[in-house]
Amino acid sequence: MEYEPVIGIEVHVELLTRSKVFCRCSTAFGAPPNSQVCPICLGMPGVLPMLNKRAVEFVVMTGLAFNCTVSTWSKLDRKNYFYPDLPKNYQISQYDLPLAYGGFLEVDVDGERKRVGITRVHLEEDTGKNLHPEGASYSQVDFNRCGVPLMEIVSEPDIASPQEAYGYLQSLKAIVEYLGVSDCNMEQGSLRAEANVSLRRRRSAQFGTKTEIKNVNSFKGVQRALEYEIDRQSQVLSSGGSIVQETRMWDEQRGITVAMRSKERAHDYRYFPEPDLVPIVVDENWIERLRKGLPELPAARRGRLVSEYGIPEYDAGVLTASKDVADYYEECVRCGADPKAASNWIMGELQFRLRDTGTAVTACKITPQGLTEMLNLIEARTISGKIAKTVFEEMFATGKAPAEIVREKGLQQITDSDQIEEIIDAVLEANPEPVESYRRGKTKALAFLVGQVMKQTKGKANPQLVNEMLRQKLS
Amino acid sequence: MQSSAGHTEGADFSGLTAHELHDLMQQARLTCTEIIQSVFARIDQVEPKVKAYLCLFRDTALQQAARVDDKIDRGDELGPLEGIPVALKDNLCTVEGRTTCASRILADFEAPYDATVVRRLRDAGTVFVGKTNLDEFAMGSSTENSAFQMTANPWDLSRVPGGSSGGSAAAVAADETTVALGSDTGGSIRQPAALCGIVGLKPTYGRVSRYGLVAFASSLDQIGPLAKDVEDVAVLMNVIAGRDPLDATSADMPVPDFGSSLHDQLKGTRVGVPAECFGEGIDDEVRHAVEQAIDRMRHCGADVSEVSLPHTEYAIPVYYIVANAEASANLARYDGVKYGFRDPDANDTMSMYEKTRSRGFGPEVKRRIMLGTYALSSGYYDAYYLKAQKVRTLFRRDFEQAFAACDALVMPTSPTAAFRIGEKTDDPLQMYLSDVFTISANLAGLPALSMPCGYTSECLPIGLQIVAKPFDELTVLRVAAAYERNRGFALRRPSLNGGKAN
Repeated sequence: MEYEPVIGIEVHVELLTRSKVFCRCSTAFGAPPNSQVCPICLGMPGVLPMLNKRAVEFVVMTGLAFNCTVSTWSKLDRKNYFYPDLPKNYQISQYDLPLAYGGFLEVDVDGERKRVGITRVHLEEDTGKNLHPEGASYSQVDFNRCGVPLMEIVSEPDIASPQEAYGYLQSLKAIVEYLGVSDCNMEQGSLRAEANVSLRRRRSAQFGTKTEIKNVNSFKGVQRALEYEIDRQSQVLSSGGSIVQETRMWDEQRGITVAMRSKERAHDYRYFPEPDLVPIVVDENWIERLRKGLPELPAARRGRLVSEYGIPEYDAGVLTASKDVADYYEECVRCGADPKAASNWIMGELQFRLRDTGTAVTACKITPQGLTEMLNLIEARTISGKIAKTVFEEMFATGKAPAEIVREKGLQQITDSDQIEEIIDAVLEANPEPVESYRRGKTKALAFLVGQVMKQTKGKANPQLVNEMLRQKLS
Repeated sequence: MQSSAGHTEGADFSGLTAHELHDLMQQARLTCTEIIQSVFARIDQVEPKVKAYLCLFRDTALQQAARVDDKIDRGDELGPLEGIPVALKDNLCTVEGRTTCASRILADFEAPYDATVVRRLRDAGTVFVGKTNLDEFAMGSSTENSAFQMTANPWDLSRVPGGSSGGSAAAVAADETTVALGSDTGGSIRQPAALCGIVGLKPTYGRVSRYGLVAFASSLDQIGPLAKDVEDVAVLMNVIAGRDPLDATSADMPVPDFGSSLHDQLKGTRVGVPAECFGEGIDDEVRHAVEQAIDRMRHCGADVSEVSLPHTEYAIPVYYIVANAEASANLARYDGVKYGFRDPDANDTMSMYEKTRSRGFGPEVKRRIMLGTYALSSGYYDAYYLKAQKVRTLFRRDFEQAFAACDALVMPTSPTAAFRIGEKTDDPLQMYLSDVFTISANLAGLPALSMPCGYTSECLPIGLQIVAKPFDELTVLRVAAAYERNRGFALRRPSLNGGKAN
């Protein structure tokens, strides 16, 4: 292809403050419509906003984690537009002086580390939600979300592929989660991503006309939408057409983007400084305190897991992509689990079951203590790896202790050679043909015989032992 | 009625000041109920002519009065404002009654909360008489922009009371209340106080919480008292001033006892007279009265000198850019979605916005929203709004320089006395000029007071304006009180007829 994509991403993250950004209303998700509102967030006549200090703190922390410069003097502005979910018909946001600017984020793409520039991180208020009841001739507005603090993170147009965009979002989300400033729940809308993309001739410094993609509900969706949009744009350009600057909606079902509204008719937001609030003056010492108080971030933790537990870089990367998973892992190791065995089980069986059932790791019935006990049972050869999967399933469903499950179901591994020998003898007697073919050199037949023994013991015999003893008997 | 001062029953106390009423109640020579009844009797008598009120709280006022009387009977100490009748401009939110801003768009709006000043007054035991008329959303200088009624000037019913706090000023002047609160964005307390012959103070920006004041221009609006004398202004300030956690722009400054400077002498006070305020456009009688007042101050030992405020001529254009820009955003919330008027003919979101706002707002409000929207528009922002904000800095510097050489500035409040109803309604620019001397104090955030300094040959009051440094209300009040004691003429009472009486 003679074109290369230029991608920038805008992410909105709802901050996990207990109260809204300009009033004391709760920010909890899922309450009945308009049950978390007050005159201030409803924009009634005469009310004034009060700035939530914690929200400022969260934005500054994020700015620091993204290697930004934090403004010691910034301000809030009014962004004017009419929409029913915006009760004042202006949104309090930040225009020319964001709280943090000029940072970067490291993204791993195909094993290579790349820096994506962060243009700015700023604070604003979320809007309400318009509701359109089925078949009704009216609309309703739920203002519960209105005034929830929102952090906007804008990237430089440094992203070169849809895959890189995916990686960028992954590491952004991981950092924000590690900071504990948002739960980054895309389904509940606490993290929203919009991408803009343009094509330019390879190695050209000149940008092409960009389109903005909205209505994307997952990181994979962003990647797919970008893939589609790049394809669409290159077809338009290759056939001699030109790109229209516009906002396009991602249609997940059909896998295409559809033009929403033309930028020519774009709003003039008439930004001006919010006169009801004083400038945000941030003390240098306070910034330093926040910097020192930042938690360990994913990259640092990844490195530490490698050096501290000797697990592969790949494992560390997978485990640290989510703070909760990494916490779970480290708790297992602390409880005495073998670091690599724990990693294998968490990356494999656990993640699979969690994803399959849509369970958060923090809500998992298997505690790190429980998983560790199970790993120890394998290590002590009380159960085999195969039986362990059965135990794991039971633990995942009921949260019971593994030893208890083993006892209740009689899953103990049979390691008594006399008992195994008895079964082997019976199997050999019942299967003269495979025995013959093994002796003729068909080693495959051994596997069949092992299988028969395991079947007789309902999988409880120690497979190594069975193998060994069978070989001896047949030699 | 329980009366501990039977000999005064049925008499008219409505003309007394708050501090006089306080003393009489404290000495149990007068009950609060008598006071309130007297005020409502006065209202019944003159309100049909003046039309100062948009609503009255007759029943609740008498209930409040009864509670104050219980305290008097018990011999309890009364707070300085306890039992004192107060009128509230109808852009101050009150749980009681409606808060209309004299606009169709809020005609039925009931606020679910009290403004901070209202709560403070309530806590201080004042009795709310009612809510007063104003120019719609406080936009105007004559109260003629009210969507509901025309308030008359008690000195000449064919003239305007000034504005936008015209209802509050007229109610105080006509003795329909003892004191009142107004709001001042470009002169809206001081100009009606001047035109109605009473005292009105716009405090320093940030001195009084704006929470619950329906916003016109957020960076200029201030709530302040209107009263019959300087002492009452101080008494009210003692209650309403001070930091409010609900208003981020309210100043975290120590609040003085505003009554503490009232008895100080003028001797040695440096009084500056800005040359720019005595030029063209000022009525001769106004100029003469203000000059005489300055002479009185000089006689009392004030050190009078001329100063310059070189950027005065830009005050009106700068004001109408800043105020309208902020108003265009502040008034965007009246859209028919959540509260207030919604046009019943609307059939989709856009027509709801358009019809509700076209029919809900009056012409002056729409004019200002459009001017403000224009001034903020992309491509014009730098030339208008940004430049206007820079000129505000120049105003502040003008004042800083002036205050390096003097303690207070004195000048006319308004270039003319009260004008006739309808005289300026067809010419908004002429109307705007009425605020030429008051606007600068808003743009620079300074405390400024207007008080009577004489009368025209037609017996219309003339206002004297006193301005001081930010948060130096004490100097304003000291100069005002000293002049009040030594003004050298007798206060008159409004005629409440066609004018030229008393």
